[in-house]
Amino acid sequence: MTHFSALSLIKNALSGQKNWEPQWPDSEPKAEYDVIIVGAGGHGLGAAYYLAKEHGITNVAVIDKGWLGGGNTGRNTTIIRSNYLYDESAKLYDHALDLWDGLSQELNYNVMYSQRGVLMLAHNVHDVQSFQRHVHANRLNGVDNVWLSKEEAKEFCPPLDISPNARYPVVGAALQRRAGTARHDAVAWGYARGAAARGVDIIQNCPVTAIRRGPDGRVTGVETAKGFIGAKKVAVSAAGHTSVVMDTAGVRMPLESYPLQALVSEPIKPIFPCVVMSNSVHAYISQSDKGELVIGSGTDQYTSYSQRGGLPLIEHTVAAICEIFPIFNRMRMLRKWGGIVDVTPDRSAILGKTPVPGLYVNCGWGTGGVKATPGAAHTLAWTVAKDDPHPANAPFTLERFSTGRLIDEAAAAAVAH
Amino acid sequence: MSSFRVSGRGRVDHTQPIQFTFDGKKIKGFKGDTVASALLANGIHLMGRSFKYHRPRGAVTAGSEEPNALVGTRRGPGRFEPNTRATVQEIWDGLQVNSQNRYPSLSFDIGAINDKAYMLFSAGFYYKTFMWPKSFWDKVYEPFIRAAAGLGVSPTEPDPDHYASRYLHTDVLIIGAGPAGLAAALSAARAGSRVTLVDENPEAGGSLLSEPSAQIEDMPAWDWVGKTVAELKELGVKLMTRTTAIGYYHQNMVGLCEKLTDHLASPDGETPRERMWRVRAKQVVLAQGALEKPLVFDGNDRPGVMLAGSAQTYLNRYGVRVGDKAVILTSHDSAWYAAFDLADAGTTIAAIVDTRAEPNADLVAEATKRGIRIMAGHTVTGTEGRLRVKSVRVNPVTGSSVGAPEVIGCDCLLMSGGWTPSLHLFSHTKGTLAWDEERQTFLPDHKAEECEIAGAGRGLWGIEAVLNDGAAMGAAAVKSLGKDIAPASYTVANDRPGTGVSHKELPTDLDAGKARAFVDYQNDVTAKDLRLAVREGMRSIEHVKRYTTNGMATDQGKMSNINGLNIASDALGVPQPKVGLTTFRPPYTPTTFGAFCGYHKGSHFEVTRKTPIDSWAEENGAAYEPVSLWRRAWYFPKDGEDMHAAVDRECRATRASVGIFDASTLGKIEVVGPDAVEFMNRMYTNPWTKLAPGRARYGLLLGDDGFIRDDGVIGRLADDRFHVTTTTGGAARVLNMMEDYLQTEWPDLDVWLTSTTEQWATIALNGPNARKVLEPFVEGQDMSDEAFPHMSVSECRVGGFPARLFRISFTGEVGFEVNVPAHAGRALWEMLYEAGKKYDICPYGTETMHVLRAEKGYIIVGQDTDGTVTPHDAGLSWAIGKMKPDFVGKRGLARPDLVAEGRKQLIGLLTEDGKTKLEEGAQIVLDPNQPKPMKMVGHVTSSYHSDAAGRPIAMALLEDGFNRMGETIYIPMPDRVIKAQVTGTVFYDPEGARLKL
Amino acid sequence: MLLIHCPYCNQTLPEAEFTYAGEAHIARPADPSSVSDEEWRDFLFIRTNVKGPHYERWRHFHGCGRYFNAVRDTVSDRFLITYKTDDPRPELSKLLEKSK
Repeated sequence: MTHFSALSLIKNALSGQKNWEPQWPDSEPKAEYDVIIVGAGGHGLGAAYYLAKEHGITNVAVIDKGWLGGGNTGRNTTIIRSNYLYDESAKLYDHALDLWDGLSQELNYNVMYSQRGVLMLAHNVHDVQSFQRHVHANRLNGVDNVWLSKEEAKEFCPPLDISPNARYPVVGAALQRRAGTARHDAVAWGYARGAAARGVDIIQNCPVTAIRRGPDGRVTGVETAKGFIGAKKVAVSAAGHTSVVMDTAGVRMPLESYPLQALVSEPIKPIFPCVVMSNSVHAYISQSDKGELVIGSGTDQYTSYSQRGGLPLIEHTVAAICEIFPIFNRMRMLRKWGGIVDVTPDRSAILGKTPVPGLYVNCGWGTGGVKATPGAAHTLAWTVAKDDPHPANAPFTLERFSTGRLIDEAAAAAVAH
Repeated sequence: MSSFRVSGRGRVDHTQPIQFTFDGKKIKGFKGDTVASALLANGIHLMGRSFKYHRPRGAVTAGSEEPNALVGTRRGPGRFEPNTRATVQEIWDGLQVNSQNRYPSLSFDIGAINDKAYMLFSAGFYYKTFMWPKSFWDKVYEPFIRAAAGLGVSPTEPDPDHYASRYLHTDVLIIGAGPAGLAAALSAARAGSRVTLVDENPEAGGSLLSEPSAQIEDMPAWDWVGKTVAELKELGVKLMTRTTAIGYYHQNMVGLCEKLTDHLASPDGETPRERMWRVRAKQVVLAQGALEKPLVFDGNDRPGVMLAGSAQTYLNRYGVRVGDKAVILTSHDSAWYAAFDLADAGTTIAAIVDTRAEPNADLVAEATKRGIRIMAGHTVTGTEGRLRVKSVRVNPVTGSSVGAPEVIGCDCLLMSGGWTPSLHLFSHTKGTLAWDEERQTFLPDHKAEECEIAGAGRGLWGIEAVLNDGAAMGAAAVKSLGKDIAPASYTVANDRPGTGVSHKELPTDLDAGKARAFVDYQNDVTAKDLRLAVREGMRSIEHVKRYTTNGMATDQGKMSNINGLNIASDALGVPQPKVGLTTFRPPYTPTTFGAFCGYHKGSHFEVTRKTPIDSWAEENGAAYEPVSLWRRAWYFPKDGEDMHAAVDRECRATRASVGIFDASTLGKIEVVGPDAVEFMNRMYTNPWTKLAPGRARYGLLLGDDGFIRDDGVIGRLADDRFHVTTTTGGAARVLNMMEDYLQTEWPDLDVWLTSTTEQWATIALNGPNARKVLEPFVEGQDMSDEAFPHMSVSECRVGGFPARLFRISFTGEVGFEVNVPAHAGRALWEMLYEAGKKYDICPYGTETMHVLRAEKGYIIVGQDTDGTVTPHDAGLSWAIGKMKPDFVGKRGLARPDLVAEGRKQLIGLLTEDGKTKLEEGAQIVLDPNQPKPMKMVGHVTSSYHSDAAGRPIAMALLEDGFNRMGETIYIPMPDRVIKAQVTGTVFYDPEGARLKL
Repeated sequence: MLLIHCPYCNQTLPEAEFTYAGEAHIARPADPSSVSDEEWRDFLFIRTNVKGPHYERWRHFHGCGRYFNAVRDTVSDRFLITYKTDDPRPELSKLLEKSK
């Protein structure tokens, strides 16, 4: 693997860029692996990377039905934060945030993790109560998150409209300064390069059609478009398609897959210094390194695998953004796209062992998958390697849906009155 | 006028001069000009700078696909927009246009230093560096990259314009009013269908506007367009110009964005700037034509290098010659016609360079007739000129060998790499494309919606072929609507049919590694970048695109996709379809945010629900708080009072005498029918069978997971009739949930549910004098304690209005809630208020309501509970009908974690110093000295200063709270630790003595 | 925006009038107290989440207010059929044949 550096860049520039190597080979499957990971997104590739690097398990294949990083890894709004309420979530997402912090150096691949700060707007008394609860819990958990007055919020994010006459007036905000954005594709590519360099096979365009189990119930491998591939352990990390894959192993999941839409504006010079989220109006916004305003919305109401999504939701999202940032009304939308997010009943992930020996699952990240990437990958690798939960993923079991021990971040913010 | 304007030519109005400014300089054009055509008429090609290298750029197209000529446009304060395409923006007197992405000026731009170091800035270079030292990314590298990136600047003021949206239903929606669209519209309209024909241009005609010499049905093309448009209007066709079909959604819904004022010098102020149309069409005909491809060679981006078809458009449509001396470079016949038109208009054609060894003999003859030099089997390997092309380096090509160059002087280079069918909208539908080997392009394959594709979109070429295809597709569209029409057959004279070949980057005799051969102009992606991406293992077009940013500019790949694909496919050594095509996404062209917002702006962003008594509150100086969609009176400050003082006064007055409160936002549901009581037994935790008519009860609603969803007082009016109240925010949700269970789980129950939230105005009177105020107005109900005790309900008359009167209390005082028809709400409120004056009646808002209820330990669902709280946790076990075999949530409540010991339970907290008010949301610990992460055992849910208790009070959810009564717990704040004692939740009148009359 | 046929109103109307109500044909156990925690979990949370024809419920919220069932292809978002709550579950093979 060529080490990336300013020096290597200059050297290659002088030799006409002809000496760069492939960042990862496009592998053909072997007959058998120690571990097969289904899904070559950031989570799956990352898990392979950590299996190889931290657990010495290199006989690993990551298999995807399409190109690596072609699912939600490449379709999100790249927001990274860890200011979750519950100890369980804060621990897992903060573990991810810690890994994000050094990820470029770790991978020798600039993932452009930009700690621009995430500002969550409060619009009414209920929001204030809920966000203060987060701020206090985060502080005692050692997660940075502070409360700002609306004037302080405006100072942090000048395009914000804080006039009291707005339909959704801003009354304050919670700010996590370590939070921010990253270059989503680079995360997948960096992990792929790092994993491949350690011997992991990345097998693209090879749909997994079934998970196979032996007479003792244990996983024996996967059926794919390229035939059966044996494996001692299989980890499914297939986001919106997890239900479909798990079903073939006889495991039914508490998941539903919804379309999630996002959009970007035409690129403009720097105007927007942070990430702003408003749960009340279901919209969030940041500005990419390229200059585009990156805007996300809530999910459409019906389950779907179409990656399409309807116009009304986009209209609402854009209206919400322009309501909070009226200066953007004359900006233009450049591109809108859809992803498929898998949502659990408590909107928290499922990460760990399954009732099937040798089968592991990482799913249910809903709209929060990208920020968890290194944390999910790192703890999934641990669990697969040791057949044991990692302290940070231990609460995120499938069993919680039987016992009722849910990790319900959304319910915690439930609105009634 | 300059020598580049051809007198009398084109569709601009030569009698109507217009003046606008470009970077402050006055520019003259004609009505009908775009910014680009007017600048070109003045000999100005330099219009912008590229994204990465800040290279000087001119317009390369004459349409909405333009990647280079992006400008800022301004119309006075607040009306500025960046990245406007100069090739689309029509000029008007006073329009201010500025170039972008340059400093200090367009002709001298410091950012162009990047161009000198281009070898460093190869594809994906930023993934490989800027990592050391780590702290430099946020502070040094990223700000630098960001400042260099972006194109125009953001608007900085709110937009004074307004926007509109409309629905439209039509039989046939035809997108594109070129020859195919016009012919399709004729077919469909003549068959008697309702037809809508849209085009992004200011007028119909499409490519025919650039082909005035063609003769359709023995008529000059423009005359035919005029006659056709007239006939279509006669047939009732809705023709919408300046209207872009931006997206093609499910079940033939198409979004159209109509631009209404951007071309006007003085809009009337009434007309919206843009209007979004949501069209539902039975059939759609996609007649969007084709886009010309650039050729990829070193220096193909200098100002003056332009698509040949666009040069032909500038000449024929705008009467502008794009230069005095042109070199043509082409792999397609179409560019030859552009050369002929320009030659005939006085431009010297220095040479026609055709990459093909044997161009069409007729074209060669035509060129020869005009004395044009023909260089067949040649290529271009470079250009010169800093701000404008001044020469072209041309070489012969034999097989794979490139011969010696010849430098030819020129002031413009007109190129054509062939044409790409415009299938963006078709792709939005998830329709599939198939690679056409012969035409070297993707064509429509499997259709996913009810649509037809006509003309150049199907790879057809030449006006006659396209007209006939349009007519046929129009007929096909209406055929599925049950209308038969024989499509018209067209004959065209002076047609310009043609063919061409497709290329990767052109061959060169120079070091290909040093060639600046651009594929994506705006993003400065070169052929070399694409090859580098492939070398680095990017094997799918998606990876190549994302790694190089090819196709991610504001033209969204309209210029670059197929060239990029050809090069990637060559580098990979696999055919194009194996490399794949990136997905086109809406919108077709960049679309104003305001148009998506439409009317949903300011107070129309979302409705504000107001009660029938809201106007009284407003007149009496209420401060408001938003609660779900409602605005509610929060408190009623008197002169100079802050919220704290006002609330203390309101609390005091209510407890001392009487307070009046608008409770109309409470959700109200009428549950009626023979099985109403059974339904209530199944829905709510409480038992209802024994509740007598005329009595009321607190009801608790769970989800089937066992957690609290809602609560409210429920009165039984008759054996078969309940008046259910819900929380303000929960009304719709509760009714939906009730309907769900009733319709799908218990269809056997004979019950009707009706929302009555907005039918009743609800006035609450609380305080020791409440009855005295109310009693005189009540008819038909004995108000004595014996006849109408606490938790009673009665249908009677109050103030002359039919009423539902409850004796209930959310304050701990004697309380009544009067429901009267909404229209009577304010009248009754005023009567009670007048009558109450002798008791110093005090109107109070939601804040006082919250304090008074907290003093009594009454919970607010959603504040003291949060979706993870069971009845037991909330201290509401008494509300569960233990004998009932089932109710919603009963089974959920029995799950292991919900019956576990030590759950978080709702308790009261009193701060030790008796003065400190806790912060709602603050977290509780048992050991304040532990290191972080601390073990948190609960949080404060409600906290108020209590006038009645004479101290702050709070409620909290605390682990094992019921067993911690009297214990001291700690609330660590950023600056100190607060000690508090665990208590019960009732802080006032624990015996309930004040509820009695 | 989808177009949805309400089997009660017998009209095809825009999605804005309807609310999605999750997977269909998941009956609440008749005697909840007798089922295991796992069975109760299945009722509450386990969903087929099928990629393809999906039996699901909608409510004509801004219309007649009725809940009804539908089969919709979650890949194309195209409805194969909508039917009344008490109609029998339609057989998929017949629906697919019909839609061809």
